[in-house]
Amino acid sequence: MTSTDRDFVHSIWDFFCSLKLTMALLIGLAAISIIGTIIPQGALPPEYVQEISPAKLKIYKSLGFFDMYHSWWFILMLYLLTVNLVACSIKRLPHIWKTIKNPVTIFSSAQEKSLSGVVSFPHAGDAAAAKDKVAVFLKSEFAAPLVSESDGDWHFFAQKTPWCRLAVYCVHLSVIIIFIGAIIGSLFGYKGFVNIMEGESISSVMSRSNKQIDLGFSLRCDQFSVAHYANGAPKEFKSILTVLENGKPVPDYTNARVIVNDPLTYKGITFYQSSYGNAGNYFFTVSDLDGKNPVSVTVAGQDSVTLPDGSSMHVTESTKDVSEFAPGLSGPAAQVELHSANGKTESFIVYANHPELNIQHAQQHGVGPVIHYKGAQERMYTGLQVAKDPGVEIVWLGCLLMVLGIYAAFFMSHRRIWVRIQNGIVTIGGNASKNQAGFQLHLERLVSKLKTELSGEKKS
Amino acid sequence: MTSSLMFNVTTFAYLISMLLFFAFLASRSKALGTAGMLAAYGGLLAQTVAIGLRWKESYDMGVGHAPLSNLYESVVFFSWTIVLIYALLDIKYKYRVIGAFVLPFAMLGMAWAQLGMNTGIEPLVPALQSNWLLYHVITCFLGYAAFAVACGISIMYLIKAACEAGGNSASGGMISMFPPIKVLDDLNYRAIMVGFPLLTLGIITGAAWANYAWGTYWSWDPKETWSLIVWFVYAAFLHARITKGWVGKRAAWLSIIGFAATIFCYLGVNLFLSGLHSYGGGGK
Ligand code: HEM
Repeated sequence: MTSTDRDFVHSIWDFFCSLKLTMALLIGLAAISIIGTIIPQGALPPEYVQEISPAKLKIYKSLGFFDMYHSWWFILMLYLLTVNLVACSIKRLPHIWKTIKNPVTIFSSAQEKSLSGVVSFPHAGDAAAAKDKVAVFLKSEFAAPLVSESDGDWHFFAQKTPWCRLAVYCVHLSVIIIFIGAIIGSLFGYKGFVNIMEGESISSVMSRSNKQIDLGFSLRCDQFSVAHYANGAPKEFKSILTVLENGKPVPDYTNARVIVNDPLTYKGITFYQSSYGNAGNYFFTVSDLDGKNPVSVTVAGQDSVTLPDGSSMHVTESTKDVSEFAPGLSGPAAQVELHSANGKTESFIVYANHPELNIQHAQQHGVGPVIHYKGAQERMYTGLQVAKDPGVEIVWLGCLLMVLGIYAAFFMSHRRIWVRIQNGIVTIGGNASKNQAGFQLHLERLVSKLKTELSGEKKS
Repeated sequence: MTSSLMFNVTTFAYLISMLLFFAFLASRSKALGTAGMLAAYGGLLAQTVAIGLRWKESYDMGVGHAPLSNLYESVVFFSWTIVLIYALLDIKYKYRVIGAFVLPFAMLGMAWAQLGMNTGIEPLVPALQSNWLLYHVITCFLGYAAFAVACGISIMYLIKAACEAGGNSASGGMISMFPPIKVLDDLNYRAIMVGFPLLTLGIITGAAWANYAWGTYWSWDPKETWSLIVWFVYAAFLHARITKGWVGKRAAWLSIIGFAATIFCYLGVNLFLSGLHSYGGGGK
């Protein structure tokens, strides 16, 4: 390798180690992430497509703005951040490791110069007695010291939580672990959706990318129900589900209750309550205004039917007991929407127990038909979100490491104290990796205490 | 005693506290600073009682849940956390003037909530019926509050730095009451050192909840994305301190930008963008 080659490699290496790159990437990621919160992502709403000019649409599309968090340039920035992290750690870790593994245990004058606030004072009695006292003192007041002799002088080194210097690297590692978990999830997992009729079962689901995915077992919906608050707001959506293996219910997964915020997981696949609907039949009798020519009409779910007079009808809502909504009335009722043959649309309620109201409504409008509600055979279906993500545990591991790492990095400190006994003089100094000012105060208190102990005065 | 009465008392106390702090700035009379701080503490106490009462009242109504479920309740909680973090800072460091730059955030929040929003207690929709709501909201808002305090301190930093650069450090009687510029820089860092882990926890609990409730811990929903943007900005702030050329003024600006992004994440996303989170709809 020529020296210019080496310079080139070096400058690339320095580039990837630099904190300037980190700043640029972090601020850059923050800035470009905004795009995806303003421009719709994924399937574009038709109103948006209409509003935007075709040229703009084309540019945005080619830049990947409509799926920007998966675009090559966004992913590239995440990769650069990772490389930056790894490079920076490779560069710094050996030094940190040495600080932890091979601490400076001799309190040389060079070491003394690197500290601020070093204190010296004479001790009473002989050096051996002072040495024992200092050792005991450090052990009880700070941490057990490493004692060594050099040129007839005694050197003490004591430290607390040296490993917390690694906390920052733990945080950095956790970022990479989270990335790995996310990649595993996107490679080996899927997100899907399935509707199950009450009483029926399914054995495959549709993924977001419209692929049929075989579950390897079956899932039956035994029941679906909705509960309301007194004010009519929804309170609970509940599916009762049973897992079937070879057509037989699996004991612990029989009649399992699934509500919003309480899913069911089986063999790594999780089912979440997401939506619901009614696919049952509604029954009506439709006649002319004078009650002649009655015919039975069945409306299936959300479908609409054509009535004998050419108008069409569908059901928008139904209830088994109308009294909650209309005091004084009782029995089943349905809200229907009627599109007359002449293009008029009206929405009204028809009752099962109050035929006179149905006739009155028709009469008020002058023309037929008269519609009587005969009740419904309800058939609910439940809509379940389906997810399989084998990387999620790794992501949580990363999150745990990150939280512990950040805590240790911010709120713990590697504190060191050196003491030397030389020619009847005790010299003491120390430092901390965080909150140096606070540590200095602590050290001053220790020094004054040590001074009293070594000066030979007895505390009374 | 009802919660709504106590919330009005709180708003009034924060208003008084803010005015006392302003008077303290103008007059430099120590007594006014102490009075401002006492009013803030009184407001904090009243607000704590009020939040507890509202919690109890929701149970009396039969729709019991922690008062963290809509925009009104979240703004109230936000201003509570701001004053709480300020009080802790005050107890630890005793720089009273900081109140003049922090209490306005809490006062504005309470005034907006009391005057501009529907204060009724509503039942919880199914999507919010989870203990994760509690963990998620509490961690996020404590983090936001720490950032609010850091923002107030950064504004003080920039004012003081500008005055000192202009050479008229003697002229500003007001400015002379500010803590030294080094101390402000350090306090800014300390506030963010509290806020960053809390925001991290807030994002993680949010992801855990999303994963638990609908099977994806991250879906790039605008609120999620904005919380990540905020997180990136403060991560940049933390690294700024170990990078030459980024300390001091630039760090203070990063802290202010971070808080602006925080506020956008909290309110702007719901007002201007669409998504999964529930505090939407302005006054509703
Ligand atoms: C999302 C990505 C990152 C996060 C969440 C993160 C987080 C942190 C945290 C919390 C600290 C401690 C700061 C403090 O003590 O004030 C830190 C320090 C540090 N980070 Fe990062 N960091 C990230 C990316 C990076 C990258 C890409 C580099 C690459 C150069 C880097 C280099 C450093 C260095 C050199 C330190 C200081 C270490 C020391 O004080 O010995 N960080 N980081």
